[in-house]
Amino acid sequence: MSILINKDTRVITQGITGKTGQFHTKMGKEYANGPRCYVAGVTPKKGGQHFEGIPIYETVKEAKAATGATVSVIYVPPPYAAAAIDEAVEAELDLVICITEGIPVRDMIRTKYKLQGKKTRLVGPNCPGVITPDEIKIGIMPGHIHKKGPVGVVSRSGTLTYEAVGQLREVGLGQSTCVGIGGDPVNGLRHIDVMQMFNDDPRTEAVIMVGEIGGSNEEECARWVRDHMKKPVVGFIAGVTAPPGKRMGHAGAIISGGKGTADEKLAVMEECGIKVTRNPAEMGKLLKSVLK
Amino acid sequence: MKIHEYQAKEILRRYGVATPRGIPCFSVDEAIAAASKLGGKVWVVKAQIHAGGRGKGGGVKLARSPDELRQYAGQILGMQLKTPQTGPEGQKVRRLLVEEGADIRKELYVGMVVDRASQRVVLMASSEGGMDIEEVAAHTPEKIYKVAVDPMAGLTDAEAEMLARKIGLPDKALGQARDFMKGLYRAFDETDASLAEINPLILTGDDRVLALDAKMNFDDNALFRHPDIAAMRDLDEEDPAEIEASKYDLSYISLDGDIGCLVNGAGLAMATMDIIKLYGGSPANFLDVGGGASTEKVTEAFKIMLRNPRLRAILVNIFGGIMKCDVIAQGVVTAAREVSLKVPLVVRLEGTNVDLGKKILAESGLPIISASNMADAAQKVVAAAKSQ
Repeated sequence: MSILINKDTRVITQGITGKTGQFHTKMGKEYANGPRCYVAGVTPKKGGQHFEGIPIYETVKEAKAATGATVSVIYVPPPYAAAAIDEAVEAELDLVICITEGIPVRDMIRTKYKLQGKKTRLVGPNCPGVITPDEIKIGIMPGHIHKKGPVGVVSRSGTLTYEAVGQLREVGLGQSTCVGIGGDPVNGLRHIDVMQMFNDDPRTEAVIMVGEIGGSNEEECARWVRDHMKKPVVGFIAGVTAPPGKRMGHAGAIISGGKGTADEKLAVMEECGIKVTRNPAEMGKLLKSVLK
Repeated sequence: MKIHEYQAKEILRRYGVATPRGIPCFSVDEAIAAASKLGGKVWVVKAQIHAGGRGKGGGVKLARSPDELRQYAGQILGMQLKTPQTGPEGQKVRRLLVEEGADIRKELYVGMVVDRASQRVVLMASSEGGMDIEEVAAHTPEKIYKVAVDPMAGLTDAEAEMLARKIGLPDKALGQARDFMKGLYRAFDETDASLAEINPLILTGDDRVLALDAKMNFDDNALFRHPDIAAMRDLDEEDPAEIEASKYDLSYISLDGDIGCLVNGAGLAMATMDIIKLYGGSPANFLDVGGGASTEKVTEAFKIMLRNPRLRAILVNIFGGIMKCDVIAQGVVTAAREVSLKVPLVVRLEGTNVDLGKKILAESGLPIISASNMADAAQKVVAAAKSQ
């Protein structure tokens, strides 16, 4: 078991003819069950062509009808990426993973609004993607650092997720699924959503949550963990030393009632029974210490 | 991106948001001319810098005669204005805004921001305007009223009126206040703003609301569709190192420590600063080289860090995903040669092609201190900085 994706997942790459889309589709196809998982690409006006043997369609709807794929990954450039998410939602895919960085927030507010009440789950944007080691990799993370195992990883940051995975490898632990939820203010799944899935996943025995300053998603997740989580959770929050002067004026502070600092988040997580570390080099060791 | 108060007011007026009349000025003579054009007997001279808290630092003065106006304009223009947001060195004032005096009956607050919790734009209003709004937010958050705006419907008449009533505006002012808030929301939405703040919003003696001050920031990712707003950027207000970095698509923030950091990814970059501090050092900067750093980008990043006279050591911390370690290593070697590096350099590489990367560093003959993991890297760079 795993969460969100596994070896039976069938994937559409939206933006498959761009440089990034090509590169990462190729990498994904080469990873574990990739040859069977990557079944379609979408680029308007390029329908009928192929990339690495993968057929390209005009629309997500066509690609889904032709291949039965239920998941898409988006590498479309920022000005068009929100519309690409909308298209995947309208085609009623189960899951959309948007890698694109730099989407205007105004576009994402509208896309998120349209997502309400729909069956599609969104991961990202501005995220590394999702990987279920030794089964399937969807996104830009380096596949070779991962291995199958009992630890769930959920993180707002890309490279810091790799760091956590690298440390798990050092202590001999693999991962069930790693989910990069992205750092944008308006995004899809949050820590809490992914944590719920890990709680229900029999193969996940413990979870690392990696957060950052700003917002209150980590606190929200921590309270849920306190009330519902059956498995140990460890955490790290980046930005303890981020200078307070670099925030967005008064309004940024006001909206959260002066909250969202790393210290605040770490305090709430500890209160909720999450073991935290202030040393980003100790995430792996800490996880190992809580695993029975 | 940030803009000046007078520019924010120009934008807001286009959306029917009421402001005092005012004219931006670049010299004392222009200020005198502006006052005579505005008429009246009282004028406000306001320093135009991007930082807030200008009044507290002496950057806002009320002139009751043309002589006073000349005196204040002369004092403020060119001054090194220090506010709680500028840092101790202050910011040089190069532009003024001269405005007609306003009849202030009450100071209130309106602000707008993208709210992570509701995933919408939130309009906030409070009857407690003025300089201490952050205190209000921290101690009496119930005095701040919020509406999460439906992105399809926009701010409705009913919502705008509700906020106007909650902050205690009199009945006579409600209609105009409603139009004010709806205009403010439209301005925010249509310009891809990331923050708008009217502090204070004032109620005048004749029951109107006016934006006495205005601050707007914009989403950098959306500037491509607003060339008029992008043209308002004032490079004098930005850190030269940060401007230089932005040319190469590097995300750089100057800090006050002595250990330069070059990292890929914002989260890992913050974590690297955290671990340096944890081991007793102090970061000189935040620098995220992003996902696709070339040799050129890495070289420029080194040059920017090395302009800092306080710099005593550099830590390169790369976890290569898309970015291959050999490319980074080549960039580091090229940069170190090109800039004839004088401070100790600690490099920690991990991820794709790491062995090749380490080989390139080892064979370069440069005095690079290699680190095996993040903790090792932080300890080594802190020790290196202290020995300088």
